[in-house]
Amino acid sequence: MRELVTQAWIVARKDLVLEFRTRTALFSAVVFTALVLVVFNFGRDPTAVATIDLAPSILWVTFTFAAMLTLNRAFQLELENQALEGLLVAPLSRASLYWGKLLANLVFVAVVEAVGLPLFVLFFNVPVAHVLGPLVGVIALATVGFVAVGTLFSALLIRLRFAELMLPVLLLPFLIPPLVAAVQVTAHLLGGRPLSEVAGWLRLLAAYDVTFVSLATVLFRYTVDE
Amino acid sequence: MTLLNRGRLITLLGLASLAGVYVRALAFTPTERLQGAAQKIYYLHVPAAIWTETAMILVGVAGVFYLFLHDARLDRFAAASAEVGTVFATIVLTTGPIWGKPIWGTWWTWDARLTSMLLLFFLYVGYLLLRGAVADPELRARYSAVLGICGAALVPFIHFSVYFFPTLHPQPIILKPSAPSLPWSMLVTWLYALAAFTLLYIGFVVQRYALSLARDAAGGAERAHG
Repeated sequence: MRELVTQAWIVARKDLVLEFRTRTALFSAVVFTALVLVVFNFGRDPTAVATIDLAPSILWVTFTFAAMLTLNRAFQLELENQALEGLLVAPLSRASLYWGKLLANLVFVAVVEAVGLPLFVLFFNVPVAHVLGPLVGVIALATVGFVAVGTLFSALLIRLRFAELMLPVLLLPFLIPPLVAAVQVTAHLLGGRPLSEVAGWLRLLAAYDVTFVSLATVLFRYTVDE
Repeated sequence: MTLLNRGRLITLLGLASLAGVYVRALAFTPTERLQGAAQKIYYLHVPAAIWTETAMILVGVAGVFYLFLHDARLDRFAAASAEVGTVFATIVLTTGPIWGKPIWGTWWTWDARLTSMLLLFFLYVGYLLLRGAVADPELRARYSAVLGICGAALVPFIHFSVYFFPTLHPQPIILKPSAPSLPWSMLVTWLYALAAFTLLYIGFVVQRYALSLARDAAGGAERAHG
């Protein structure tokens, strides 16, 4: 277990160092998130529908698109100069390779969300300060689920043509159950309702995370081996 | 008898019993008091829905065994089951609105159950798209096994989201923890329908399996001569 974490951290650090040195992908993803929020602003009529009714959907659709856009990057990176082959012959277990990629993707998506959430609050004037803790918690729960499946699928598709197009098509049906749960919980939180009312949804989110992180850890090696 | 003919025979039996179900449902089963004739669609809709979910789970089970045994027969079965599942999902998605229009007053509503069946349909489409995108048979089998296993793991999440969501859809009346709550004659008709759909599933899968066997043989012969 310890070796798994150490090795995963090495893989994740490699990706993150690469990312923070070039910053192109991260910066594009952040700008993309801001733009999606701007587009949403023009896609609603504030005199007809109260912002608070739309807020959970706006937040989660933005996060879903941002996560999906960034997930392609994780393995695309390794296609240049056959870096993937290098990683595969490195003395790493497949599980730690997956966890490393998962960790790097989580950090990446978390940064995007950390910029997206304040922008969302600013643009749509939604007060979140009183529920910030639980809100961040539910964002974290849903993001782990999104990224766990997304990392596996991006590895699965990387050698195929049209991978950028195939990923959303395969991934979206998988993202909808956690998305529905996250939207429900967020709506309750923003509406000032107690968390106990959405315990079922939180359990669903937690079960989803556990199921798909474990499943992806086991299945990952069948996606990258030649 | 060849495999293809055996599949045809089973399908024929299934179609004959389906005709029997029509006769029994329309002429020999009491009409539901509130819904009237529209309720008859239940005998097609629910067995098709059960087989849509089961077919996806069987795709996943075949995937698990494939990853261990690397037997091409399992992959052929998974492909056949997925295609038949797609057809059954289409049956559910077309009979549902036909019932919904007179009873709910709308063809489609974003109800949890409808949405979940639509998701399952998209899951099947994604699976078939992935199969179409990989040319190498061995890689195709492995990749689709991974996606199939994930898809089967998603089915319970899709299924159980029903219990948390406020829904317009009738609650389960046969497959529920307590005893079935419908008259005996209706239950018998329904069981006949389930048997007919089971025969149809088997018949379709066997035919599709025989087809991919023939296709592989033709491909092999082509390679040998080319």
